Amino acid sequence: MSYSITEPTARVKWLAGGLVVAYALITLVPLLWIIATGFKSGADSIAYPPKVLFEPSLEGYVNLFTDRTRATPEMLEAAGPPQNWVEQVARDQGQVIAGPSRFGERFLNSVIIGFGSTALCMILGTAAAYAFSRFRVPLKDDLMFFILSTRMMPPIAVAIPIFLMFRQLGLSDTHLGMILLYTAVNLSLSVWLLKGFIDEIPVEYEEAALIDGYTRFQAFYKVVLPQAATGIASTAIFCLIFAWNEYAFAVLLTSGNAQTAPPFIPTIIGVGGKDWPAVAAGATLFLLPVMVFTILLRKHLLRGITFGALRK
Amino acid sequence: MTHSLIERAAEGTPPGIAQKLRGLSDRSIAWIFVAPTIFLLLAVNIFPLIWTVYLSFTDYRVNRPNRDIEWVGLANYERILGDAGIWSTMQATAHFLLWTLVLQVLIGFTLAYLINKKFRGNDMWTTIIVLPMMLSPAVVGNFWTFLYQPQIGLFNYAVGFVTGKDPASFSMIGDVSLAPWAIIIADTWMWTPFVMLICLAGLRSIPDSIYEAAECDRASKWRQFWTITLPLVLPFLMLAILFRGIENFKMFDLVVQLTGGGPGNVTTLSSIDLKREAFEKWRTGYSSAYGVILFVTVFGLASIYVKALNKVKER
Repeated sequence: MSYSITEPTARVKWLAGGLVVAYALITLVPLLWIIATGFKSGADSIAYPPKVLFEPSLEGYVNLFTDRTRATPEMLEAAGPPQNWVEQVARDQGQVIAGPSRFGERFLNSVIIGFGSTALCMILGTAAAYAFSRFRVPLKDDLMFFILSTRMMPPIAVAIPIFLMFRQLGLSDTHLGMILLYTAVNLSLSVWLLKGFIDEIPVEYEEAALIDGYTRFQAFYKVVLPQAATGIASTAIFCLIFAWNEYAFAVLLTSGNAQTAPPFIPTIIGVGGKDWPAVAAGATLFLLPVMVFTILLRKHLLRGITFGALRK
Repeated sequence: MTHSLIERAAEGTPPGIAQKLRGLSDRSIAWIFVAPTIFLLLAVNIFPLIWTVYLSFTDYRVNRPNRDIEWVGLANYERILGDAGIWSTMQATAHFLLWTLVLQVLIGFTLAYLINKKFRGNDMWTTIIVLPMMLSPAVVGNFWTFLYQPQIGLFNYAVGFVTGKDPASFSMIGDVSLAPWAIIIADTWMWTPFVMLICLAGLRSIPDSIYEAAECDRASKWRQFWTITLPLVLPFLMLAILFRGIENFKMFDLVVQLTGGGPGNVTTLSSIDLKREAFEKWRTGYSSAYGVILFVTVFGLASIYVKALNKVKER
């Protein structure tokens, strides 16, 4: 290894590393606490001092997926022995299961709306980005304005006319409505990011393809798309994470049918008092995929964040 | 308007080689590719903006759809600007904005500076630090109320452990003087990584050769930091501040779940107040005017800021 005067000394590295690791560990505590609380029993979750070591329990997860009612010992006696372990967990809390909760539905809504809007956004966005990159389109320079203007308006203010518009079109509280809305919100930024990726692909490839007898559409489909694949993938992750996490529009525009998980999870209440293990279990199931995603795809994600913010 | 823009798009496109071959012409491809995006942006982004502006001049109420809509001119604007309540929410927003920016810039820059020392494993630790900003603010904000519980909450316990205070003696979200800090702490935890990432990109863009030259001139490390590192990272840092500033000015999800605007009104940020006016009191015209005022405020502040940013960049 060549010696460089700008390379930090080993002692500086140790010190810097130590401080960063310390911060990272502190920042990780709330997340680990969510995961841990999901596996606590109701009593353990509100113990003082807070319990770091505890006997794992599936109470939180059972309570998350079921609706229960409180039962007196006589009622429990009369109900006969529990059919399965799920019921056993409920009985241990002095409750009987009344039916499944709505968490499964809400989670599925998040999946449908998240992936639906991401797919639509990528289809429209890639096409538009290609046109912006290769053809002379007058709107090109206004794109940044679009992005900034949609970012500056508080979502609540835009939600009013969107609420009215959706009601008129019969889109309120529907999956299609939310998919279209999230697509539109993500679209300007996606086109912006994607245009950057497509700009990097040399035009010569397509010209060669055109001369070989490809149509413009075939050249786009067979030459440009495969080369832009990584760029499309990292843009898609951003759209997905946005749609997955979005709260303001979801809470205002959906209620019964198309409600996603973020407005639902905070409303989980147990039988008599806030059921924190159930809330934590729901949060874990909802947040964990994003955490795993972030760790697996860190290279693309981190590059994408800085790239998106710094391009202008 | 859509029509003419797309027409112009088509006209602006030069006849390419493809047109002379078979298949669709470049012009029609440009048309087909851009039209759906423009349509959706107009329908869901631009149209609601215009409608909001229109509604702000009326006394429309969503919960009374059959009533005649009356044009009230600037009455809504006058009422908002004359309302003392608005100024107290603006103050709460300014307090939140100022402190989150200060803390996130200080911590974010320091972290980026340390990570740039390239110790082993810095990639992995960067990823771990970034985790909070990837998560749903509403879900996480809701859980922070649990961390902030007096006595049983982990945050209170940790503070009690360090300072020797009784964890049951204070309530981060119940106390009027602490609640504004409760939301600042949670937001800082969540969004410092963003500032850190942008600063890191800035630090990594500085070529080693500059430091090597400074080293040859025997400039001290301290001097190198103030005359090379900081000025070259400043444009990046200012950009991070712009993005965080805009985001936190319209902050809603995290705070509404954490404190719901309370206790009293001490954490009622503008967006939360706006939501109450629009979707609880259903004063649609009034809240539209409110939204426009907020938009103009951010837009104005951001424009001034971007001018300053460009000056820094030119230096």
